[in-house]
Amino acid sequence: MLQLENVSLSVDDGKEILKHIDLTIGSGKFVVITGPNGGGKSTLAKTIAGILSPAEGTIRFNGEDITNRSITERANLGIGFAFQQPVRFKGITVRDMVRLAAGGDLPESQLCTYLCDVGLCAKDYIDRELNASLSGGEIKRIEIAMSLARKSKLTIFDEPEAGIDLWSFNSLIEVFLKLRREIQGSSILIISHQERILEIADEIVVLAGGKITAQGPRDQILPHLLKGESCSFCPNQEGFCHE
Amino acid sequence: MNDITKNLLELISDLPGVPGGAYNIREDGQCAARQSTEHIQINPKTDKPGIDIIVQPQTKGETVYIPACVTHSDVNDLVYNDFYIGDDADVTVVAGCGVHTDGEEESQHNGIHRFFLGKNARVKYVEKHIGVGKGTGKRVINPRTFVDIGEGGYLEMDTTQIKGVDSTDRVTRGVLGENAKLVIKEKIMTDGEQTAETNFEVDLNGMGSGADLISRSVAKGRSKQVFRSKINGNTNCSGHSECDAIIMDEGVVSAIPELTANHLDAALIHEAAIGKIAGEQIVKLMTLGLSEEEAEAKIIEGFLK
Repeated sequence: MLQLENVSLSVDDGKEILKHIDLTIGSGKFVVITGPNGGGKSTLAKTIAGILSPAEGTIRFNGEDITNRSITERANLGIGFAFQQPVRFKGITVRDMVRLAAGGDLPESQLCTYLCDVGLCAKDYIDRELNASLSGGEIKRIEIAMSLARKSKLTIFDEPEAGIDLWSFNSLIEVFLKLRREIQGSSILIISHQERILEIADEIVVLAGGKITAQGPRDQILPHLLKGESCSFCPNQEGFCHE
Repeated sequence: MNDITKNLLELISDLPGVPGGAYNIREDGQCAARQSTEHIQINPKTDKPGIDIIVQPQTKGETVYIPACVTHSDVNDLVYNDFYIGDDADVTVVAGCGVHTDGEEESQHNGIHRFFLGKNARVKYVEKHIGVGKGTGKRVINPRTFVDIGEGGYLEMDTTQIKGVDSTDRVTRGVLGENAKLVIKEKIMTDGEQTAETNFEVDLNGMGSGADLISRSVAKGRSKQVFRSKINGNTNCSGHSECDAIIMDEGVVSAIPELTANHLDAALIHEAAIGKIAGEQIVKLMTLGLSEEEAEAKIIEGFLK
């Protein structure tokens, strides 16, 4: 479905954020990208969505070279993107935005279902503006509801768990599974640090220092990762010496 | 009533024709149609152009329409309309002005509106301004609104000027008595070489009085807007003014607040935010399949809703 070949990206001061990334995401796959903060995860997600342009390399989507395609074109080809920090809009309501995400008319009942799926009571939220009156957790859930309505072939979630307060992870995971069920052959790419999300991945990609340092089926990657992670949290640096 | 007036009426008051209830339709400086009701009398002034609108005490739920239309170039219309709202009345006033120019000469409408609200009277005042027509003549609308709100009274003014008016100078002045409230919500969009100036001045004279003056505007092209809000807190009162503006192209917006607290218990706040559309808002809408232009239009549509 999605192929990245030798994708590199630098920021204005010349620092390389992504270094020669090769990545393939197959149809119907649930892939989680994880790794330390500042490792390039969000940059990679934005590059796939077309928000950032790579300095070199090729991005293909369903066989088509989309490297030079705009954000809009990629969205219309079937790439969806849920922001880590959702954007606020004065005057635009939840109803407007979810309808916009669905790409046109959306029956009220369907709209309510999407809000219900993310744990929001539709009647309390449908006419609310996406402005500063919504909490970080509320706006994050609405962002995820928009992804449900959008039904993209490939949906990218940038740290969906960040800011999700009282809502249980079970519901969040339920949403991902539902998204996958509902769109035949659709793939999901999630950027996450959450063990619970890593546990339901088909494949895990570890991105550190702008490079892919590990990649493979969950059962192969996760055990190493968990061992490594417990060490890095350990205040006592001797904790590294497990092996 | 000519066809241009009918068209303008629909634009400014969402009316497909002559409304029910009390109304006065002004066309090119003349009265085109007028009707009073049992509780609302509309009488022509004898000393100058304009009307007196007298709402009886206790009148509830009625709407008065007083649209004014200028249908061709070279009209300079000046009108004085006075509203006397009786105690405990609760009514809606739909004003609004459409100016259509087809020639090279300027046309103007200057509406001077005064509201006198009795005890506990409530008014919702809706005012929509629009300029249309293919003529190069300037379309000018200069509304003057004076509001005197008595004890416990409430007036909400929704004023909108979305397009086609080349020059506007809007002055709104309010004097508030005990526990009186004034809410003004203004929406303005200018483009091209248009200019718009807003001047609010409110005296909070009564204990417990409050004013909330909110302006949202978009300045496109090479248009210029000035927003001045002056609130004088003369007693235990609360005042808030807010100017929220989007600038595009070479648009210019100035926000000039003046808050004066003449009393220790006067609580006054001003907020102003002027800037271009946030890039991330456009990006977000593009990830939903909108083009950059569509995204901009959607953001502005929401902002001015």
